[in-house]
Amino acid sequence: MQYLGLYNYWIAVILMMTGFYIVISSGNLIKKIIGLNIFQVSVFLFYISMGKITGGTAPIKTDAASIYSNPLPHVLILTAIVVGVATTALGLSLVVRIKEAYGTVEEDEIHSQDEAW
Amino acid sequence: MVIESHLPILQIVVPLAAAPLCVLLRQKTVVWVFALIVSWTTLAIAITILMRVLDQGTLSYALGSWPAPWGIEIRIDAVNAYILLLVSIIGAVVLLYAPSSVTEEIPADSHHLFYSAYLLCLTGLLGITATGDAFNLFVFLEISSLSSYALISLGKDRRALTAAYQYLVLGTIGATFILIGIGFMYMMTGTLNMADLAVQLESVKNTRTVITAFAFFSVGVSLKLALFPLHLWLPNAYAFAPSVVTAFLAATATKVSIYVLLRFIFTVFGTDFAFETMMLDAVLLPLALIGILVGSTVAVFQNNIKRMLAYSSVAQIGYMILGISFFSLTGLTGGIVHLFNHALMKGALFLVMGGVAMRIGSVNLNDMRGLGKRMPVTMAAFVIGGLSLIGVPLTVGFISKWYLVLAAIEQGMWPVAVLILLGSLIAVIYIWRVIEVAYFQEVQPGDEREIKELPLTMQIAIWLLIGGTIIFGIFTPLTLGVAKKAAALLLGVLP
Repeated sequence: MQYLGLYNYWIAVILMMTGFYIVISSGNLIKKIIGLNIFQVSVFLFYISMGKITGGTAPIKTDAASIYSNPLPHVLILTAIVVGVATTALGLSLVVRIKEAYGTVEEDEIHSQDEAW
Repeated sequence: MVIESHLPILQIVVPLAAAPLCVLLRQKTVVWVFALIVSWTTLAIAITILMRVLDQGTLSYALGSWPAPWGIEIRIDAVNAYILLLVSIIGAVVLLYAPSSVTEEIPADSHHLFYSAYLLCLTGLLGITATGDAFNLFVFLEISSLSSYALISLGKDRRALTAAYQYLVLGTIGATFILIGIGFMYMMTGTLNMADLAVQLESVKNTRTVITAFAFFSVGVSLKLALFPLHLWLPNAYAFAPSVVTAFLAATATKVSIYVLLRFIFTVFGTDFAFETMMLDAVLLPLALIGILVGSTVAVFQNNIKRMLAYSSVAQIGYMILGISFFSLTGLTGGIVHLFNHALMKGALFLVMGGVAMRIGSVNLNDMRGLGKRMPVTMAAFVIGGLSLIGVPLTVGFISKWYLVLAAIEQGMWPVAVLILLGSLIAVIYIWRVIEVAYFQEVQPGDEREIKELPLTMQIAIWLLIGGTIIFGIFTPLTLGVAKKAAALLLGVLP
């Protein structure tokens, strides 16, 4: 059962595929952005759990501990979270503009409007 | 000189610091002059850096004086100095062209935002190229991507919005794949510095983790560089973005992504791993060839000329990837020099289309009847750029295709050489369609409009790039010489 021991990675994988599936299958532009978010968050979780060392404590030097978790992936992910928030904001504002221009946020309706145009 | 030792970081920081200032300046002419000065300054820095790299070899700069594997390093060798030069040339020339076209296509109250986003995009692209740190690369990639989504959405046509949205979704997936790849690499090596990664990866190369890292990373980058069949975002984004943005992105964004691919294949993972263990050439070669043929063929059937040029870009990216997949000095030289040459000619062609859109209000083929007589200087530039795209001798297009064909023959791949030439023949068709309509058809009866030539700044910008395609087609030491040096450096066979 060694594979189940790595359950944190399994969660990342499941979340990632869920998000990716939503991005591909959903025709609603807002749902696509949500899917994209889940997809990105799974990668954040992957990084965060990568930094954890079994038995390690928070990386603050004390006499009581000799093993520390690796803080670097956590710091990296802070940056990636900011990037993710910016992407979401930009994506949603594009959706607002698309809604103003087309009157809908459904992909197939936008397509048919472009065809007819 | 103190300032000279800080040139590598100034290359990135100057446009980065200037971007928010653009928002503060607001007045549109002032903002343009300011952005223009900034972009020409970055060009001057890039030229100085290239000279120093050619003279003294690799430059390394420790950000905040934190030494290399721990701190972020900016590492510039012949390869990225060349790309830095390319990006800043295009950035500077396109800005020179910008004001009239921007006035035409972008609402007056958001000009300062446009220039701000433009400089941010420039920052991102220069940052990706200059940095020697894998995670830093991801951050700059996102800076350039986010600003380019915003720039594309500024297009007049409402389809620009959906194109930007589509690019945002695919671009984010690509960038996240790159992030996963970097994560796996960090997991195995505990380092993010590219030079250090190259050393540390050596001992763990055949683990499944590194193979997965390689797979995620190369798929992510391929999405960003629009390798067939991952090019779906490109045609609409280029067709509906404002003309200035199209010219800038077409000439730089995909090229920088190709650089990233080069850097990771050759420097970080190493050629043994990429080509022998992973057999990347067996994947890239057919995709590049299909890209060339499909891209060119689809281009023939486009009525929107910006869209036609966009599909032609998909084909031209195929040529560059083909050069990489040969995995030989000649092939790689051809690929790298084509990267530079294609940026010059495609930049010029898109600038011409921007001018046409400004004067006749459309880039559809049917509206270009008799344009050769109405705008003779501008259309002459289109003809020369088109000839270069086809690969006619005395233009830069010839140099790169010559090297690619040579590389194919060198490896005994005759069919590939034939396919390269076939791609050029299809390019003749789509360029000829425009020339035929513009020069051999009369202006539509009833169209009495007085069409003026373009303003001087736009002409200068167009002819600077067109001049480049001819000059570098005849005198090759600068482009070809540096490309050879870069290829030799990547392959580790320094002459």
